[in-house]
Amino acid sequence: MPINPEEIRKDFPIFKTLMNGKPLVYLDSAATSQKPKKVIAAVSSYYKKYNANIHRGVYKISEEATEKYEKSKKKIASLINASGLEEIIYTRNTTESINLIALTWADKNLKGGDHVLISELEHHSNIVPWILLSKKKGIILDYIKLNSEKTDLDYSSFEEQMKKSPKLVSISHCSNVLGTIIDVKRIAKRAHEAGAVVLVDAAQTVPHMEVDVKDLDCDFMAFSSHKMLGPSGIGILYGKRHLLEAMPPFLGGGDMILSVQHYDFTPNDLPWKFEAGTSNIEGGIGFGAAVDYLKKIGMKNVREHEETLTKYALEKLEDLDKVSVFGYGSDSLPRRSGTISFDIEGIHPHDVAEIFNSEGIAVRAGHHCAMPLVVEVLNKPAVTRMSFYIYNTTTDVDKAVEAIKKTQKIFHK
Amino acid sequence: MGAEIYAEEIISHYEHPHNKRRMESPSFSFRDYNPVCGDDITIYMKTDGATITDVAFEGVGCAISIGSASMLTDTLKGKKISELEKMGPKDVIEMLGIDPGPVRMKCASLSLRAAQKAIKLKHTD
Repeated sequence: MPINPEEIRKDFPIFKTLMNGKPLVYLDSAATSQKPKKVIAAVSSYYKKYNANIHRGVYKISEEATEKYEKSKKKIASLINASGLEEIIYTRNTTESINLIALTWADKNLKGGDHVLISELEHHSNIVPWILLSKKKGIILDYIKLNSEKTDLDYSSFEEQMKKSPKLVSISHCSNVLGTIIDVKRIAKRAHEAGAVVLVDAAQTVPHMEVDVKDLDCDFMAFSSHKMLGPSGIGILYGKRHLLEAMPPFLGGGDMILSVQHYDFTPNDLPWKFEAGTSNIEGGIGFGAAVDYLKKIGMKNVREHEETLTKYALEKLEDLDKVSVFGYGSDSLPRRSGTISFDIEGIHPHDVAEIFNSEGIAVRAGHHCAMPLVVEVLNKPAVTRMSFYIYNTTTDVDKAVEAIKKTQKIFHK
Repeated sequence: MGAEIYAEEIISHYEHPHNKRRMESPSFSFRDYNPVCGDDITIYMKTDGATITDVAFEGVGCAISIGSASMLTDTLKGKKISELEKMGPKDVIEMLGIDPGPVRMKCASLSLRAAQKAIKLKHTD
């Protein structure tokens, strides 16, 4: 069933906010999403009605908090088709999830001279942890190049890099700049044939489409609650059970142990082995409510809505004079997410974003935490990006197009 | 801050910047960056004793940083070095005719900061 964004907007209190005296047009969901009432209520109801620390509390409200927190993991496991909550580790965000793999699995299994393969379109969160590891252990970092159209990965470059027999292939499921959806199933298949482990950064896909970890056959997957209607401070690391079991713990402290003696400890069972100290309880509970909300809409419908809106926006942008879109165009919609970066000839992206702001429109300008892609590959100091979610409408797109025209008028372009 | 920052004058300076050139053997020069917008500006000055006789700049950036750099080159010509050292955000606002707000002030004051660093660096040499 198609989404009615006008109905959905009623669930999001933020849309009562005026920005610079104008109704808020929020086109920055690739950075963070807005929150529906159900999520806000779930967080506030925990604080108001059963605020208590989880696990080991034998009293009623602690049991209730524990149950809701643990249940959220089951919901996420079912959303991405993981085998159970044992495979769902909570971290702070996607970045921490990737760092966890670098500091546990990679630290244990990789040695100096081993290759780690990433791509040129990665977010800094899937670059810097590996640079740190290369400085610490002498692992060698390799990049899959972008194709000459700068729309997608160059698969011949991927094949070329696979000759180096990387131990780990860590790849984004969707570029947060180009909006390109990467064929990670193909990459995982090839990487596994060569004996590599595969980590997928799914921060830009799990919120927007059906993602099935068994179908993709990835070994690890990282994403964030705050980009999918949930609270910030909750990141998810999915891992295949046998890999997680063989990994050393991450941080040490309470909750990640079964028992502690003076000079030794026994780690807790999965997933708690990787969660030291008091968790972000309200974050987990709120995230559970966010997953419920998305499931009710249906991820297929979310994707369909965004594809329709993306088509509408790309066609409008392609019609504009002196405006160019990065990544795939309106003729390649299945390869694209609802994240659109564009360039207005002769106008700096920060000036564009400033004029959008004066119209009440939130867009992002900058390198989008993907400097190797934006600065070195696209050869731009910054790009302007708009990104859609379930609450965006064609009216939002029309307003953005008007703002582009206004920007061009101010700059005499 | 809204679109009002893009007054005709700043846009005109952005589109047709004054004194945008490389200067050979300047008395003072400094290259500075603004990570907010990725602006990159080099400022050059020639002095005759205590007086600034010629100013030029090079670089890339947003309309606010390039426009204000162009305006600054006009403002500084004929000023004493001691006057440049005393300049601050107030002078930038006066020059632009508008307060750009805390974030874009980093863009607007980039060229002034570069000019002041050029003097300071030379003095400590």
